[in-house]
Amino acid sequence: MNFIRFIRECIKIIFRGSKTYYAWLIFLLLLLLWGGYGYLGQITTGLIKTHMRDSVSWAFYIGNFTFLVGVAAAAVMLVIPAYIYDWKPIKEIVIFGELLAVCAVIMCVSFIIVDIGNPLRFWHMLPFIGTMNFPSSMLSWDFFVLSIYLIINLFIVTYLLYCIFYGKEYKKSIVLPLVLISIPMAVAIHTTTAFLYNALPGRVFWNSALLAPRFLASAFCSGPAILLILFQILRKTTKFEIKDEAIWKIAELMVYAMFIYLFFTIAELFKEFYSGTENILYWKYLLFGIGDHKEIVFYSWSSILMGCIAFILFLIPKTRKNFLTLNIGAVLIYGSVYVEKGIALIIPAFTPDVLGQIYIYTPSLTEIRTAVMIFSIGFLLFTFLSKIAIAIVFEDYNIISLKPGKKIT
Amino acid sequence: MKKENSRRSFIKNISLATFSAIALSGCNGAAFDQFLQKNFKTLSKKEKDRLIKELENKYKEKYGKEFHISDKPALEGTLFGYALDLSRCVGCRRCVYACVKENNQSREPQIHWIEVLKMEKEKGIDFTHSTAQYNPEKVPEDGYFYVPVQCQQCKNPPCVKVCPVRATWQEPDGITVVDYNWCIGCRYCMAACPYGARHFNWGEPNVPVNEINTEVHFLGNRLRMKGVVEKCTFCVQRAREGKYPACVEICPVGARKFGNLLDPDSEIRYILENKRVLVLKQELNTQPKFYYFFGI
Amino acid sequence: MKGRFYRNFKIPVFLITLYSVLFFGCKSKEPDNYETIKVNNQREEIKTIAKDEEYAVESPPFSEGIFPCTDCHANFPPNPVRRKLVEWHEDISAMFNHDSLNRWCLDCHDLNNRNYLRLASGKLLDFKESYKLCGQCHGEKLRDWKVGVHGLRTGEWNGKKEYLLCVNCHNPHSPKFKELKPEPPPIKQEDIK
Repeated sequence: MNFIRFIRECIKIIFRGSKTYYAWLIFLLLLLLWGGYGYLGQITTGLIKTHMRDSVSWAFYIGNFTFLVGVAAAAVMLVIPAYIYDWKPIKEIVIFGELLAVCAVIMCVSFIIVDIGNPLRFWHMLPFIGTMNFPSSMLSWDFFVLSIYLIINLFIVTYLLYCIFYGKEYKKSIVLPLVLISIPMAVAIHTTTAFLYNALPGRVFWNSALLAPRFLASAFCSGPAILLILFQILRKTTKFEIKDEAIWKIAELMVYAMFIYLFFTIAELFKEFYSGTENILYWKYLLFGIGDHKEIVFYSWSSILMGCIAFILFLIPKTRKNFLTLNIGAVLIYGSVYVEKGIALIIPAFTPDVLGQIYIYTPSLTEIRTAVMIFSIGFLLFTFLSKIAIAIVFEDYNIISLKPGKKIT
Repeated sequence: MKKENSRRSFIKNISLATFSAIALSGCNGAAFDQFLQKNFKTLSKKEKDRLIKELENKYKEKYGKEFHISDKPALEGTLFGYALDLSRCVGCRRCVYACVKENNQSREPQIHWIEVLKMEKEKGIDFTHSTAQYNPEKVPEDGYFYVPVQCQQCKNPPCVKVCPVRATWQEPDGITVVDYNWCIGCRYCMAACPYGARHFNWGEPNVPVNEINTEVHFLGNRLRMKGVVEKCTFCVQRAREGKYPACVEICPVGARKFGNLLDPDSEIRYILENKRVLVLKQELNTQPKFYYFFGI
Repeated sequence: MKGRFYRNFKIPVFLITLYSVLFFGCKSKEPDNYETIKVNNQREEIKTIAKDEEYAVESPPFSEGIFPCTDCHANFPPNPVRRKLVEWHEDISAMFNHDSLNRWCLDCHDLNNRNYLRLASGKLLDFKESYKLCGQCHGEKLRDWKVGVHGLRTGEWNGKKEYLLCVNCHNPHSPKFKELKPEPPPIKQEDIK
């Protein structure tokens, strides 16, 4: 029952906080309500409230899902350099990285739940009770891998915080193997998601062998961006210590990833535009539009521009070491990959559709509201979990300080 | 202290249990059953019969008509094949609407299982420059030909491969079917199909009551619900009774042919032997059983 | 004396006997799908008969009251002169478009008995077997039709084959299909709300 006590104490942390904290919570709650009401319309009337139709049957929701899988993967991949470069606060990095991963995976699953036509039938996907189509269907693989990833991360983080709370030494024999597994699992979840798209030869836009490598590269060049900003905030507001060099190292690694990503993209573009087969149409729609249909041209070029600017900002040591430009670059690369995964990956694959017909898709208000709902849930969750982690790790919120008589600061 | 605690917790637990029991029993038993209903392929004969009886009653209640739901399995020694004569199709779309009527497709939002594409004769079969939206006064139009596309009932179906819950599979007679009660609506099969043959019920389907076809098959043309995928099933409710699909019978120029590929005397085998057939997107190795040929 | 006669004329007699037997003995056998009929109670003609189990066809699409033709045509002598018809059947003659440069009515309709069609050989055909007439020129179509590949399929795919006659779909006097008004196009997906 220690564990229940631990959970109860953690929940108490959520209810304390400054005015800014509560203002942030209320802001998120308002967004949640606004989004939730939009989603309600979708539950009652059906997916017809979105703008997805037979021609473009996957769109905004799946795009967000893909992006968030990347975030979940990258958050944990940061553990590798932390370990190699022997950063002092490796435990903290692991905890926050995995907390981010947990929130991101929960958001991923939420996006899937809102996207499928019969969410109540999700149990059909489980083995033994349902009829899981394993190993044939990549969606079953994805479900399987994501669940394991979530469980591992949740377990590690809870166990670590639990140990710190009770002042115990965490058992390396439990934590280390799990952390080590979570790293290839991080690679696995994003690769499996890439294979989800790669498995469809009928969708020519996705039928490139470079799709999975591009996914990993884009995840690795954008995921750590959140943590980069988070660590700076933590450094300012708590006892969290992380050297400047470590932060710059993260940025440097992101540059390598960005360069690889750029190279892969150029390779793809060359193959399509030089060969000039009909497969060019999808890339054409993405970058130049087809005929009068130029709806996503703005987004694709802004994504490219943001990515290039971020690349240059991170590449030049002067701008990398200046925290203002560093943070601008982080936001830019994050935005760039969001647009690229959310819009530039899914929609051109369906435009034109398999029979050559063009249906122009733009997200409907319902989809935006539902996405806002899920993002606000994710942000709320991350806020709560970070607050708990900060309290336990940096503010000595533990069983000893909670003994009656001692005041908690 | 301890005693009080235990009594308090006991009362708490008991009241919780009672509440949940009331709540669950208050729930519609049928809805609960439907939620837990298993994949059609895993049901025993008795369970299937019971399910069909329930469905027939439900439909009768809802629409006031006697339904006859068949779950007739595949006939021995059949493998259905289809052939469409590209030299004859005039693009009149009678097949599209005959299919809509026969298979209880939603009128609003509109679902068509057959899509007829108009293509230029000069370009040949070219999807990129085709259109499904032609609407001239008369067909056929000069310089154009027409290619109707529906589920190709591939021998190597990509849709079956990717369904995460095995809600779609290929029956022994070659028809790929969907268990509407099992489909979760993830639409992975729709992304996988290279022919755009699968359609989704984005909203609640609407079929005018006086146009409902009450001769249905569980895996074929029974009334669907929102959030599930549907597609052409070669009119499984007709084909397994020896009849031709609705599209074959309505075509005014006789462009559509259907038969048993395993029967050497069938017209479909004659076509494969004597007419030169082609399949769409052959390089994807889906091996469709829907052939296109030139009869004239 | 008797022996010499026999000896000299043995072979010619044998041959004469043989030829007589052959000539008078063997009757010319007609193929069993032809029968002789009395036409206009005057001449005998040969007409083909369908083997009943051969092709289960629909009945010919006669306009009302037009058959039997002899109701009118028995009353006046036939006119074999090739011309455009003006008094009766002028509607058909006006729209006639079946190789109109070379063909006219009596190439298919028998001169002396309008209740029958006629093959190029002169043999008569019942209207129920008109496909044999079409098949004279359109052999590949007839071959395909017999298997069930040409034309609209009726009946069952695994049962006894049922057929439509050529003329159930093609107007024999103007066989080319007219253009049709197409059914409406699918609603644009943008308009599905």
